[in-house]
Amino acid sequence: MPAVDTGSSTGFCPADAKVPLARVTELSRLFGSFAALRQVSFDFEAGKCYALLGENGAGKSTLMRILAGLLPPSHGTVRLFGDQSPAEACGRVGYMSHAPMLYDELTATENLRYFASLYPRGQSLTPESALRQVGLDPALPRTVGKYSQGMRQRASLARVLLAQPELLLLDEPFSNMDATSAHRMVELLAGMRAPGRTIVLTTHQRELALPIADHLLTLREGRLDSVMDGGRTHA
Amino acid sequence: MTETSVEAGVDAASADVAGVETASWFALVGTHLQKDLRIEWRSREAIQSMLFFALLVVVLFSMAFDPTAAASREIAGGVLCVATLFASVSVLNQAWTREIRHDVLDALRLTPADRSAIFVAKVLANFLFVTVVQVLLGPVFFIFYNLRPLGDGWLLLAVVPLGTWALVANGTFFAALSIRSRNRELLLPLILFPIFLPALLAMVLAVKTVLTGDGSDPHLLWLKMLAGYDIIFMTVSLLLFDTVLQAE
Repeated sequence: MPAVDTGSSTGFCPADAKVPLARVTELSRLFGSFAALRQVSFDFEAGKCYALLGENGAGKSTLMRILAGLLPPSHGTVRLFGDQSPAEACGRVGYMSHAPMLYDELTATENLRYFASLYPRGQSLTPESALRQVGLDPALPRTVGKYSQGMRQRASLARVLLAQPELLLLDEPFSNMDATSAHRMVELLAGMRAPGRTIVLTTHQRELALPIADHLLTLREGRLDSVMDGGRTHA
Repeated sequence: MTETSVEAGVDAASADVAGVETASWFALVGTHLQKDLRIEWRSREAIQSMLFFALLVVVLFSMAFDPTAAASREIAGGVLCVATLFASVSVLNQAWTREIRHDVLDALRLTPADRSAIFVAKVLANFLFVTVVQVLLGPVFFIFYNLRPLGDGWLLLAVVPLGTWALVANGTFFAALSIRSRNRELLLPLILFPIFLPALLAMVLAVKTVLTGDGSDPHLLWLKMLAGYDIIFMTVSLLLFDTVLQAE
């Protein structure tokens, strides 16, 4: 399957012989008469990190929500891990939105303990271990509502890591962060690279994505405009 | 990744899932309920707002009518039920607010856990909140209206919980249905009140029978009707909840 109509692509083309970890084909999503995504086709390979770039309204979050199974596409298909639909792959996909997806009234440990109990026992990390992975103290008595934005994002990332997902979808992980927190998040994500784990993140801040992304995908008005190698490819 | 390795990954994942212990449905309900109760214990938003509103309604009605008059005994059941209904709407409107704020509901949708447990736990939590308010409101209500049951007082212990369950089960479901609406605070009473009307009538008439001791009223019929209403609407809500949750 052709990867994309790449436009200014630098030549990225997944090998046809390989089965991608995630394959989107002719994906479109309409909201009323507005087309948020228009016939996007792409293969996401296992173990790679992809950064989705684009302006507000380009369709980045819509694509992420469709990949996560939170939004059905209007047209086209999504297959994950071979031949699973996003709903079937539930539990193997971790999704982090720009909102923390945690209860303000609970501490990070309480939040993670709650979410961990919704996964089969033995499949998920312990809340303490997930929090330590993102550099948060599990004993912190403060509720998430009193966290700084950077801490909230890290707690949210810990929630995503709980289920040890193979596909990590991170929608604007650097949003509303100061420079220090954003760079801390970049370091965390770089540390999360693992064989077999695919990361797809969206951001406006190309310079933050460059050090960790293998490929940069640019969306424009719902279309996949270009696919380029990221900074990590050249490292 | 080669095709073989993807298949191997899928098989391995299936084996992992098969090998791990999945929490029972009741344990899941307990987990969600515990979380809701913990949050309410910390914020006390639901019970406080409901209690003050219900107290206000009961006090205002007691001033508007002569509490010593015989007519007061006739209407007292209606006042209690309507006070509970109005007070509960404020809480039911907020039932899913915490899940909507910060997209927590999306995080719940992404877990493999049975979603009906989320709904049942939320109904149970709301039922407990309304019951706490009724327990606190009851003595005030009886004092302000100079009431004592002339009929079988024990029937109140069956009528009020059954009526309350009808209210919170429907209210929690319709609150979930209207969470993505801009006018959800207006929409919920517009949908809930007409649908709750049969249960409200049964509840009011059963309470009136207990308070007046009017043996001619078939209060057991109202009880059966309330129980039937609860079973039907709870079943329908459970069947439709997942669809409502997935709606965009």
